[in-house]
Amino acid sequence: MGAGHLAPLSVPGPSPVHAAAPHVKVVATLLFVVAVVCTPRQQVWAFAVHAALLAAVAVLARVPARALLPRLVVEVPFLAFALFLPFVARGERVEALGLVSVSVDGSWAAWNILAKGVLGLTASLLLVATTPADDLLRGLEKLGVPSVVTAIAGSMLRYLGVIGGQMRRMQVARISRGHDPRWIWQARAVASTVGALFVRSYERGERVHLAMVSRGYTGSMPVLRPLPPATAAGWAAALSLPVVAALTTAGAAGWLP
Amino acid sequence: MAAVTAPTPPSTTPPSTSTPALRLDGVAYAYPGGRQVLYGVDLEVAAGERVAVLGPNGAGKTTLMLHLNGVLRPGAGTVEVAGLPVVEANLREIRRRVGIVFQDPDDQLFMSTVRDDVAFGPANLGLTGDALAARVERSLDAVGMAHLADGPPHHLSGGEARRVALATVLAMQPDVLVLDEPSSHLDPLARSELAAVLQGLDTTLVVVTHDLPYALQLCPRSVLLDGGVVVADGPTADLLADTDLLRAHRLELPYGFDPRSLSRRTASTPASPSSAGGPR
Repeated sequence: MGAGHLAPLSVPGPSPVHAAAPHVKVVATLLFVVAVVCTPRQQVWAFAVHAALLAAVAVLARVPARALLPRLVVEVPFLAFALFLPFVARGERVEALGLVSVSVDGSWAAWNILAKGVLGLTASLLLVATTPADDLLRGLEKLGVPSVVTAIAGSMLRYLGVIGGQMRRMQVARISRGHDPRWIWQARAVASTVGALFVRSYERGERVHLAMVSRGYTGSMPVLRPLPPATAAGWAAALSLPVVAALTTAGAAGWLP
Repeated sequence: MAAVTAPTPPSTTPPSTSTPALRLDGVAYAYPGGRQVLYGVDLEVAAGERVAVLGPNGAGKTTLMLHLNGVLRPGAGTVEVAGLPVVEANLREIRRRVGIVFQDPDDQLFMSTVRDDVAFGPANLGLTGDALAARVERSLDAVGMAHLADGPPHHLSGGEARRVALATVLAMQPDVLVLDEPSSHLDPLARSELAAVLQGLDTTLVVVTHDLPYALQLCPRSVLLDGGVVVADGPTADLLADTDLLRAHRLELPYGFDPRSLSRRTASTPASPSSAGGPR
């Protein structure tokens, strides 16, 4: 249910990555991210291998880089924080470019956040690009996520736009009556807008539930389309990604003999 | 609030053996907070009949509507759908028989595509595969929206969304179709397109509205609800021609609408067989 707002994230195609069962892809992505997070930050070559793996998946799925790169922008606030680290962290310091002194430890910490953030996010973006949101939610259900949670997530996706539109209209109405918040103590009206929006969304939730019950809803969403089947070969192919990543991590960490 | 001026007409059932599509008997309801909205509503709707439920804001129209498919259960009185009492054990069948189209299509359309949304109801009834696909196709065809089946519902215009909402309910193949304020927020053309779709249906129709001309266009019979009781029941044209009655219940014909033209229409509009009692 409710894929509308993920539609721009999805890049439909006929590739084997698209055809794989969604819950298989979810498991593979999750394990891959765990492998990336466990990678020691100073083993730069290991991150290169992880990146190459993702690039291979992207090529296989025919997801162009221009579909992925703009989405990485979500990360910017976290990276902005990471960029501070080299300047504020303590410990041994070196001159960078002969201009400023930066902390060695802080620089590694920043690199760590940057590399792991970009790799983890790219993996998730590939998952979303190759899996329709509905299928993704049903895949999660198959992995044991309670159906009430996936139903809530689905409704959230569907109603994000509706509630966003409502918020914009309330904002325009506020501005039209001369509200021009510049200072924090003028935030009162904004706060009450949010409160009103919450109450309205709650009431809408009740009305949507009524409409669902009126059409025979009894607590579980009907299955309208069968999910792609998960074959042994499908599992093997999908899990090869996190397995290679895990071996790389293990090698980088010196866990392999 | 309970400005009951006109007496409730006597039971208006024609001497017929067929069970009415809807039968409400002394339905009273108070919301959990204690606010009572319905004070004993009696209403019978014959199979195939088209009835408008008119009334000002706060008259209890929407509350009454929610009783028709058992979303709300009366505190006193009974509701029957084609002879089947609205009780817990019958709810599934009741909700198949009575389809409600809600006022805001955004409340009704919650799936990612129009097609999935129309399929939601019949799939809950147990339809699958080709039977389900055929049902969806037919319902969308009936409202002229088949070409938008694969689009997301939030890209529809107001009129399109209203028609898709209607299709989602038609897909349940209800015996009784209930519409809550179907003409609200529609531009004139969307309004008349929707009317054309509704006039082409042969189900029993209950239209809850305060859009009086729309009631006249769609329903030969009207019921006027105010203060939680039925205050008038009769041919729509007669009710609308009674300016005093309308004013007493906070209703008014739109500017420029001549009530005298209604009596001429009455002559050409065959009165519904079950609408005996007049407004007074």
